Amino acid sequence: MSSRVLMTGNDAAAEGAIRAGCRCYFGYPITPQNELIAYMAKHMPDRGRVFIQSESELAAISMVYGSAATGIRAMTSSSSPGISLKQEGISYLAAARLPSVIVNVQRGGPGLGGIEPSQGDYFQAVKGGGHGDYHMIVLAPDSVQEMHDLTAEAFDLADRYRTPVMVLADGRIGQMMEPIRLREEQREFPAKPWALTGARNRKPRIVRSLFVEEGALEKLNRELQAQYRLIEREEVRFEELLTSDCSVLVAAWGTCARVAKSAIRKARAAGLAAGLLRPITVWPFPTQRLAQLAETVKAILVVEMNSGQMLEDVRLAVNGRVPVHFQGFLGSRIPSETEILTAIRNLSPASAPGRRKPRKSHAPQKPA
Amino acid sequence: MPPKNPRKLYRRPAALADVPMHYCVGCGHSLIHKVLAEVLDELAIADRTIGVAPVGCAVFAYNYLNCDMSEAAHGRTPAVATGIKRARPDSIVFSYQGDGDLAAIGLAETLHAANRGENITVIFINNTVYGMTGGQMAPTTLIGQKTATSPHGRFAETMGYPLRMCELIDTLVRPHYIERVALDGPRNVLRAKRALTLAFQAQMNGRGYSFVEILSACPTYFRLSPLDSLKFVGKEMADYFPARLFRNNGESVHA
Repeated sequence: MSSRVLMTGNDAAAEGAIRAGCRCYFGYPITPQNELIAYMAKHMPDRGRVFIQSESELAAISMVYGSAATGIRAMTSSSSPGISLKQEGISYLAAARLPSVIVNVQRGGPGLGGIEPSQGDYFQAVKGGGHGDYHMIVLAPDSVQEMHDLTAEAFDLADRYRTPVMVLADGRIGQMMEPIRLREEQREFPAKPWALTGARNRKPRIVRSLFVEEGALEKLNRELQAQYRLIEREEVRFEELLTSDCSVLVAAWGTCARVAKSAIRKARAAGLAAGLLRPITVWPFPTQRLAQLAETVKAILVVEMNSGQMLEDVRLAVNGRVPVHFQGFLGSRIPSETEILTAIRNLSPASAPGRRKPRKSHAPQKPA
Repeated sequence: MPPKNPRKLYRRPAALADVPMHYCVGCGHSLIHKVLAEVLDELAIADRTIGVAPVGCAVFAYNYLNCDMSEAAHGRTPAVATGIKRARPDSIVFSYQGDGDLAAIGLAETLHAANRGENITVIFINNTVYGMTGGQMAPTTLIGQKTATSPHGRFAETMGYPLRMCELIDTLVRPHYIERVALDGPRNVLRAKRALTLAFQAQMNGRGYSFVEILSACPTYFRLSPLDSLKFVGKEMADYFPARLFRNNGESVHA
């Protein structure tokens, strides 16, 4: 039996990476992910692995690039403003097809923003983020256990598809403590016949992202897009709660999904048929499942700690089949159970007369 | 009459690919590639060497050198080299950087890799201009030198003075070997080869960071003939950037 321990989300992500065989960690301090870099500083050298506190996030992601190019497992972590700096390197990782893991423990933005939890980096994470025509797999944990597991699994996904993978958490999941079950240490890793290991008894290998020969860039982009279609077919992950008979479907990810679960249970206790779809991969997005559910539910409520970012992907999936409402929280404030419950109640078909429905507009509701 | 038992005195280094190069006439890169390939051969390290070539005229170095190579984002070259070396300490890792990459956009990465004493070899090609993008001002452009972005010459009052990178890195404690050479004639080509040899040997012996700056000609953007470009390297450039050994065995060498 694996042991059960009490950990913060940031520590759990770090330990998950270590148990997944991460050989090199490079990072730069930023709140609210500082526990992660400190955990790595303490535990990586103990295990004979590499830890460097880099001079900047730009350098950290490029150190990941160098290490990943040699075929070992490498990662970095940061929070929103730092992740903006890493976008340069992430675009290069995507182009050079280097497996790598980036943990983003989101804080509020834009600019320096705040240090409270936020979900403001959804667009940046799922639409590419850096320059060029690329995606990365984006995993959105809603618990400390998932911080641990998804960070570890991110390495397998990265190797399988030769792509950067992001774990998109927020300050609350990063900082809170929960008991978790630790994974077994991974000991077997896939071969990487493209890695730079020194050209001994073989032809030299090149890791590159510049393609100026005629047709070469188009070829790379076609290969990348084919890989993305494969990922969309194979790797969509989501969790459903009480969706088989629900009339109000809540769509939420990360921390908001967690609060929504409690709100939905209370709604059910009050006789309201609410359910939840929680994307675990926010890219690839569970478009098909959402489209199916849109055939049966009466209304969809998207709850996010931003001004409506996943909302756009939900609307694309639903394609007008059913009204999509939005409840957003912008000041790095976590929604309360009561607020989501009230929104569910107002959208429920049997709702008592005189109750106000949440606005359909893109703009967030004013906090109660 | 050919001799009875001819002896081959010169051959293309095995580490140098037998392909035409894209460099301009009189450009220093092709010569430096050849010297670098000779050093990799003579030290018998090409099959465990991983080079890093960033954006710049020499980004295609991987087409010419028979060793594993990686590109790097502009300026992040020493960070990529650090990542490679820390992941594979038994590899020989070098970066091959121009003045814009090393002394402008990558100045932080340059100084911090040197300050950590990373066991890598940094080869710095200083030709005082951005070549690939069309001859713009570099951090090493000389005072008065005309470029696409200093059309009336570089003025210290608004553009500052050219950065002397060997001198800057020599202020740090950890670097093991620092030398600047001027590639302006056969004698100094041999000096450059010797400097590269010592730099790689330091890395092979695990002694830490080595830095070789090579003053090199860019006739196209000097707007001079190849021959006059070599004179510019040996005179104007070497006047401001003295070609000498700055540090050996971790100890500063005074001029």
